[in-house]
Formats: sequence, structure tokens, C-alpha cells
Amino acid sequence: MYGWLLLLPAMALLALFTHYPALANLWHSFQSTPKGDRPAAFVGLENYQQLVEDPIFWQALSNNFWYALGTIPVSIALALLMAVWVNDRIPGRGILRLAFFTPTILPMIAVANIWLFFYTPEYGLLEQFTGALGMPSHNWLGSKNTALGALMVVTVWKESGFFMIFYLAALQSMSPHLADAAAMEGASRWYFFRRVTFPLLMPTTLFVLVNAVINAFRLVDHVVVMTRGGPDNATELLLYYVYEIGFRFWDSAYAATLTMVLLTILGLVALAQFFFLERKVHYQ
Amino acid sequence: MLQRLIRNGFIALFAIAGCVVPALAQTPTTVPTEVSFYYPVAVGGPITKIIDGLAADFEKENPGIKLKPIYSGSYQDSITKALTAVKSGEPPVASILLSTDMFTLIDEDAIQPFDELVKTPEDKAWLKSFYPAFMENSQTGGKTWGIPFQRSTIVLYYNKEMFKEAGLDPNRPPATWKEMTEYAQKLTKRDASGKVTQWGVQIPSSGFPYWLFQGLAIQNGGILMNSAGTQTFYDKPEVIAALQYWVDLVNKYKVHPEGIVEWGTTPKDFFEKKVAMVWTTTGNLTNFKTNAKMDFGVAMLPAGKQRGSPTGGGNFYLFKKSTPAQRDAAFKFIKWVTTPQRAAQWGIDTGYVAVRADAWETPAMKQYVAGFPPAAVARDQLPYAKAELSTHDNQRVTKALNDGLQAALTGTKTPEQAMKDAQVQSERILRTYRR
Amino acid sequence: MSAGINVYEPRGVGRALETTGAWILGVLWVLPLLYAFWTAFHPTEFSTHFSLSAPLTLANFVTAWHAAPFARYFLNTLLLVTMVLAAQLVLTTLAAYAFARFEFPGRNALFALVLVQLMVMPDVLIVENYRTMTMLGLKDTITGIGLPYIASAFGIFLLRQTFKGVPRELDEAARVEGCTPLQVLWKVYVPLARPTYLAYALVSVSYHWNNFLWPLIITNSVEARPVTVGLQVFSSTDQGIDWSIITAATLLSTAPLLIAFLLFQRQFVQSFMRAGIR
Repeated sequence: MYGWLLLLPAMALLALFTHYPALANLWHSFQSTPKGDRPAAFVGLENYQQLVEDPIFWQALSNNFWYALGTIPVSIALALLMAVWVNDRIPGRGILRLAFFTPTILPMIAVANIWLFFYTPEYGLLEQFTGALGMPSHNWLGSKNTALGALMVVTVWKESGFFMIFYLAALQSMSPHLADAAAMEGASRWYFFRRVTFPLLMPTTLFVLVNAVINAFRLVDHVVVMTRGGPDNATELLLYYVYEIGFRFWDSAYAATLTMVLLTILGLVALAQFFFLERKVHYQ
Repeated sequence: MLQRLIRNGFIALFAIAGCVVPALAQTPTTVPTEVSFYYPVAVGGPITKIIDGLAADFEKENPGIKLKPIYSGSYQDSITKALTAVKSGEPPVASILLSTDMFTLIDEDAIQPFDELVKTPEDKAWLKSFYPAFMENSQTGGKTWGIPFQRSTIVLYYNKEMFKEAGLDPNRPPATWKEMTEYAQKLTKRDASGKVTQWGVQIPSSGFPYWLFQGLAIQNGGILMNSAGTQTFYDKPEVIAALQYWVDLVNKYKVHPEGIVEWGTTPKDFFEKKVAMVWTTTGNLTNFKTNAKMDFGVAMLPAGKQRGSPTGGGNFYLFKKSTPAQRDAAFKFIKWVTTPQRAAQWGIDTGYVAVRADAWETPAMKQYVAGFPPAAVARDQLPYAKAELSTHDNQRVTKALNDGLQAALTGTKTPEQAMKDAQVQSERILRTYRR
Repeated sequence: MSAGINVYEPRGVGRALETTGAWILGVLWVLPLLYAFWTAFHPTEFSTHFSLSAPLTLANFVTAWHAAPFARYFLNTLLLVTMVLAAQLVLTTLAAYAFARFEFPGRNALFALVLVQLMVMPDVLIVENYRTMTMLGLKDTITGIGLPYIASAFGIFLLRQTFKGVPRELDEAARVEGCTPLQVLWKVYVPLARPTYLAYALVSVSYHWNNFLWPLIITNSVEARPVTVGLQVFSSTDQGIDWSIITAATLLSTAPLLIAFLLFQRQFVQSFMRAGIR
């Protein structure tokens, strides 16, 4: 029918580059990697066994988990704060809005380069700051405790402005009558925020949350530039590990297996979003 | 009458043939043979410019060949790109890649050996002229797979002015581990709050710490792998002890920065007077010469039980999927760029070790060394140099070692634990290659 | 655009505190970028020593420009984002129209399949997509970079939303005048969805301008490399880092987007805001 025809080009491409690869990935995770003159062979769950026994995989999984935990709430909270501040007509809000949003426009690669400079031990800008404050020199990217945290800061810096814009839009579309009514009832500012504003922002929060989760797994450009997964896999994120295995070691079967884990995680998040959170969101 | 006609006809035919055929044979091929090659840059300096200059000079002397040098990032980026190109069916004709990538390239069926091309006596002499130390990572199974081009060893750069300040003889660099530790202790300065303003020594540990570490291992009498590339010896006592020494420099003697030291910024750290002695490639020599604004010296690495350094750097490889014309053109270029004069000039321009002994006898090189003795240090270290770590599935096996080194240097594992774990990982990977 | 004074807006001390807090955050936020600017415009010797009297110079930019074929990289990126956007606009419009206004069996199931791509972006499927591209023979081409993204679930979702909001009376009026469904689409729906198109275009352009991992994998040569990959190859840290040149190169590669943003920030912000509003 007509509808089908209209849909066909988009569906075809989607199937080719999203659905088919996901299924093909599953298929390839049960095969071995072809090498030279040895073709791929069915090996059942062997790749998955290798996965379970691989300490670097567990490290990457745990890293990604902490990374998500560290960046998502922080960037959302900061974004909300920025949006509230910019919405209150404080002097210079236009410039502030610009300052907060600019990192979003830059490619992550550029951001990573700038922050690599920032973090350089001894004479990077951060070192000069902490040195002026009398704190000891620290190798932020070169020490296992702080490397992942350093990357989280970079991500928060880049993402918060993006989320701020959505919150700003939502705040500005809120009717002022609500505030008037609440003020007449004697509600404090914080009470109003907690019981009225925040619930009304839930759709936006949901949207932003989904975006943040996707980005936490999708964006690994800064790992490529700043740490290459080091030191000793402290900043190895899942997608970066997939890249290393697939395109530096050319172990395509294992890379497919790793990707399955990634897909499963994203799939679970999608399910959670559609069924669980949708019920709790308050629509006006 | 007819007979004469026929005879004249044949003569005429032959005459025409005699003129036309040679003319046809001499028609120049208007399409130049294109030779693309990837090259990495791992040292400071205007390397791209130099490579482009070499390409232009070669093209001038060989108008039928068009060279296409493609800058492909670091050594790791370059091997990735080369293998990607091979797998996509469009490999370059040649590339400069790490000498240690040899086994990987053979396993991926990407390269061809040079032996079929080396036929004439001159070619054979040319192949024999390279330093044996560099050929160790270039030959296996009786065949030659790579031609040394930008090869190096690790050297110790030291700040002579800081030596004087600390009461050390600026012309006596440390010759043993003990001396290096002592000197470093004298050279490490702290300010009133205890923060270090000048480190004694730093050995980079980012990206490819295994190379720097191999220096320590060799100096302590350890070998990291067998020559067939099918086994590693990360957990041997000498190797663990070498790592312990490095870790002690950081934690026990406190003369070495904590955490991972970045390869790319180490020269700059030296120029900025943040550190008195650094271990880095001789390929950075011209970079130091140009940018170090103080009196500095270059020395062989100090001896543990013996002197030693791994060789390093890149070889020229010939890729399989090229036309005979491309292959011959590439071979011509490789021979051209490794003549004694050009090898010498490349060494002078960069600091890489000129890869053949007779290059050091050329007037240009002799003059350079006379005016700048540090240029000969890496060459003088060659008798102590050993093959660089190279195995099958090289990237993965070295990653196991790199991770272990970084774990030990950041204090998450003891040297013993780190090396044992690395050996376990490496065994798992290399097991299949020993069947 | 606030529709009136928010009665909870801070005044007096509260206002001063809030302003100070916001400004401190703002300064902190913009500091890394400012320092990058500073380093790029001053010679190498001053890259790590902040000194107000340091001489300004454009030499870093000149060196950076000549050190890598940035002109070609920019051309590639421009071609890429244009091609992707054009194709996306066409495909998503058709698909959104189908979902919004047509009844056909399996519509909901297909829409659910579309939404899968919101979560599972081509970036995550690099290994398989690389294999597919090899089969299609599109490796190391600009088409190869853009093709997986052309069917954009985000676009379909947005446009479907917008199309659904178009009053049916307009649709019917056009039909009465004898328009085919495609003509109705072109004459009625598309003009009314213009704000959404603008919003989507901005999101798409900035996403693909900044995309890195997939282009890194799929391209190999200068002819296909976009600016992001070119920048990374250039600033590979093994070759001894000269921060002045690297920051200059970084700024060069982000300049077009940055300038466009500064000039059109109002529209940028409005569009992003509209894209999020339901």
C-alpha cells in the first residue's frame, strides 16, 4: 500500500544498518575469527566463555558503570541548576547561556585535546592552578585513581550545556500562574521547586536521561585521545574495548561478543525507559 | 621481373618493420607507476617535510614513478590503517611500520619477502650492508621481510647544567644503575613545601612502555621472547627484578615522577627543565638539538649486569597486492633511500641511527659526528642492542605486558604479580601459535 | 521568552548570591576554551607560561594549516553533513508522513522497530557495519561514512510528532482540491513543520560534524577523512607535543561551527529547545 511505499527507503536502510547488524552480530558471536587461511567456524559459547574469563572485560564493564554513574546524575543536576539560573533573569544571562552551551558545539575530539593540555602534569593549566594553591603536583591522567574521574569531568563539561537547553525550554514553557497560585498558598521557593517544578520537568528529565545514558556508552572519543584505555585499563570503556579488539587486534568474533553485551545493556535501558519510567512521568 | 618485385617488396617490408618496430618499442609509457606508502611519525621534528622532500628528489631522478607518501599517525595507528587497507582489498604498495609488526603482517598474509627481488650482486651486497642488530627483527624463517629505515635505540639525554649545579661531572654520565640512582638523588630538587620542582630521571610509560622496559630487562640480563615469536618470558626473575628497579626509582628513591609518564611530552619536560635525565629514542636527537636551550649530553643507557637497549623503529615492508611494476618501483625507492649517503642524511636530519655501517663513513656523516658527537652514541650502543619484543599477534601480546607495567608503576600490583599476570595472558594468546 | 515575571525570582541578597554563583560557574566553564585560545595565539615558548605581555602571533595557525590538508578535510566534512542532511530530510519526511497519516498493517510494530535505533545507534554496531560496508564496496568513501545514519529514528520520531499535530481539516481541504497524497505532504505538512526541520537540521549537522569513531574506522585516506579524524591523526601524541600548534589546529577545525554558532546562537538555542519540547 501507499504507506508501505513511503516507508520503504527509510525502513530498508534502518534494517540494513541497525536491525541486520544486531542480528548478524549475534550470529558472529558464535563463530571464531577467520585468520589467514582458516575460515570462521561455529564454536558455540566459546567466545562467551572467553568473555567471562577476561579480566579486562570486567574492568571495562565496571568502568563504564562508574562512568555512567559519575556523569549522568552530575550533568543532569548541573544542567538543571544552570537552567534555573539562566531562567531567573540575573545580569549577563545571555553570556552565561553562551558559556554553558559552547562546549556542546565542539567535537569531542577537540574537547579532549584541550583538556589533555589542561591536565598535563607539571605545566598544564590545572597544575598551575593547584600549584598556585600550594597543592602537590598530580598526574591526573596517568594515575589509576583519577584517570576515569578526569574523563568524567570532561564529559560533564561537554554535556551539561546541552541538557541545560532542554530544561530551559521546559522552564520557559511553564505557566507563571502556577507560581502565583503557589505563592498565594504560602509555599516557599524550595517547596515550589520540589513539588511543582521538578515533577513537571519529568518529561524533559526523561528525555535528557535517555540521551545521557546513550552517550555514556556511545562516546569514547576522549578515551582515544587522552588515555587510550590506560593506565592499565583504568579508563577502558566498553565501546573502546570493542574498537581495540575489533580494529587493533582484528579479533572480529570476540568483538562481536563484546558488542552483544553492549547491545543487551542498551536494550535493557530502552525497556526500562518504555515500561518503568513512563508510568512515573507526570504529564501536564 | 616478378621475382625482383617480390624481393624488393620484402626488402621494403623489412625496412619499414625495422624502423617501425623499434619506434613502437620506444614509445614511453605515459602513465607513471604509482607507489603509495604509509609512514608514521613518532618523533619530534619536521618529518613530514623531510619525507616529502625525499619523495620529490626520487621522482626527479625517476620520472616514470609517482610516490605517494601518506602520513598515518603513530606506529599503532599506522599498523591499524595498513591492516584495514589490506582487509578492504586496497593495500598500499609499501609502508613503514614497526619492525615488530613482522609476524602479524605475515600472519595476515599482507606482505611479501624481499628475497625474490634481490637477484643482482649489487642488490645482494646492499642487503648484507645493514647492521645485524637491525636485521634481527627483519628476518624470520630464512627470509627477509623488512628493510631497516628509521631505526633507533634508547639513549639517555641529560642536562649538563643541572649536573654542574649538583656537583656532578657534566662529562661523566651515569654508567651503571647504581650511578643513575645516585645521580638522580642528587639531581632531584624539592621546594619548601616538599613539592618536587625538578626530577632526577624519567622513563616514559605511556603508549608503549614495553620498549623502555625492555632496556631495563636487557640490562639485567633478561630476554623477553624467543626469536620465533611464539613464547614470552615476562615472569622470569631477571625481568621482574628489572621492573622492581623501575618501581623503586618511583617509590623507594623518589627520583622519578609518579604515575604514567607521557612519551610525547617527555622531550618538552626536559626542555622545560622539569627533569635532569630522560630515556627516549635517539630519533628525538635532532628535536633536542633544535629545541633544548641548554647544554645537554647524550649517553648510552646505564648498565645493570650489562649494557643494553632494544632496537626500535620502523622498517619498509612490501605489500602483496601490488602489480609487478609497482613492486619494482617500490623496491627501487627503498634501495634509493637506503644508499649510504641518503641513510646518512636521514640520520643527520632526524637522529635515527643510519642503518648501515658505510653510511657512517660518508663525509657528511663524519663531519656531522665530529661537530656533534652525541650523534654517534646510538651507533656505539649497537653492539649491546638486542631485538625488540616481537611475537605473533604482537599488538595483543605487548598489550598484556604494557598493562602489567602500568599496573606496577601506578602501584596497583607488585612487579611480581604484574609480570606473572602478563605472562598468563600472553601464554593464552601465543599457545595457538605453537601447535 | 518568559511569559511574565516569575514570582519566585530571587531579589536582593538572594539575587546577588545566585548571580555570583552562576558567574563563578560560568567562568570555570569557559576557562579551558579561553586558555586554548590564548595558547593558540601566542608562540610556543609561552604556551605553558601565562604572561600578559606575551606577543600575539598567527604563526601557529599557519603552521597547523600547512601541516595537514585541512582544506580537504573541511571539504569532506561539508560534503558529508550536506549529503547526510539532504538524504535524512527526504527519507524521514516520507517515513514520518506514513506513520502519521496512513493506516497499514504492522504500523505499530514497524514504529517500534524504528524506535530501536534511538537506543542502538550505528556507532555501537561498528564491527558489523564495517563488514557490511566492505561488502557494499563503500569503504573509505564519504558515502560510506554517512549511509548508516541516513534513516534517522530521531528524525522520524520528531516529524511524526509534528505531522500529527497538523489539523486534519487542512489535509482534507487539500484533498478536496484534488491533490495526491504526496502533493498534500509537500503543500501542507512540510511548510508547517519548518521549525522542526530547522531544529532537526541543526542537531544533525552538529552531530555529524563532530562524529569521530565511525569515520575513524571507515576512512583511511585523506580523500575521505573528515575534519575530526584529520585532527586526531595530526595531534597524535607520539610525535612530541607542541601545544601551541595542536590548540591552533583544534581551533581551526572547530572554527566553522563555532563561528556559525556565535552568529546564530539565538536560532541555535531556540531550535534545540523546540526539538525537546513535546
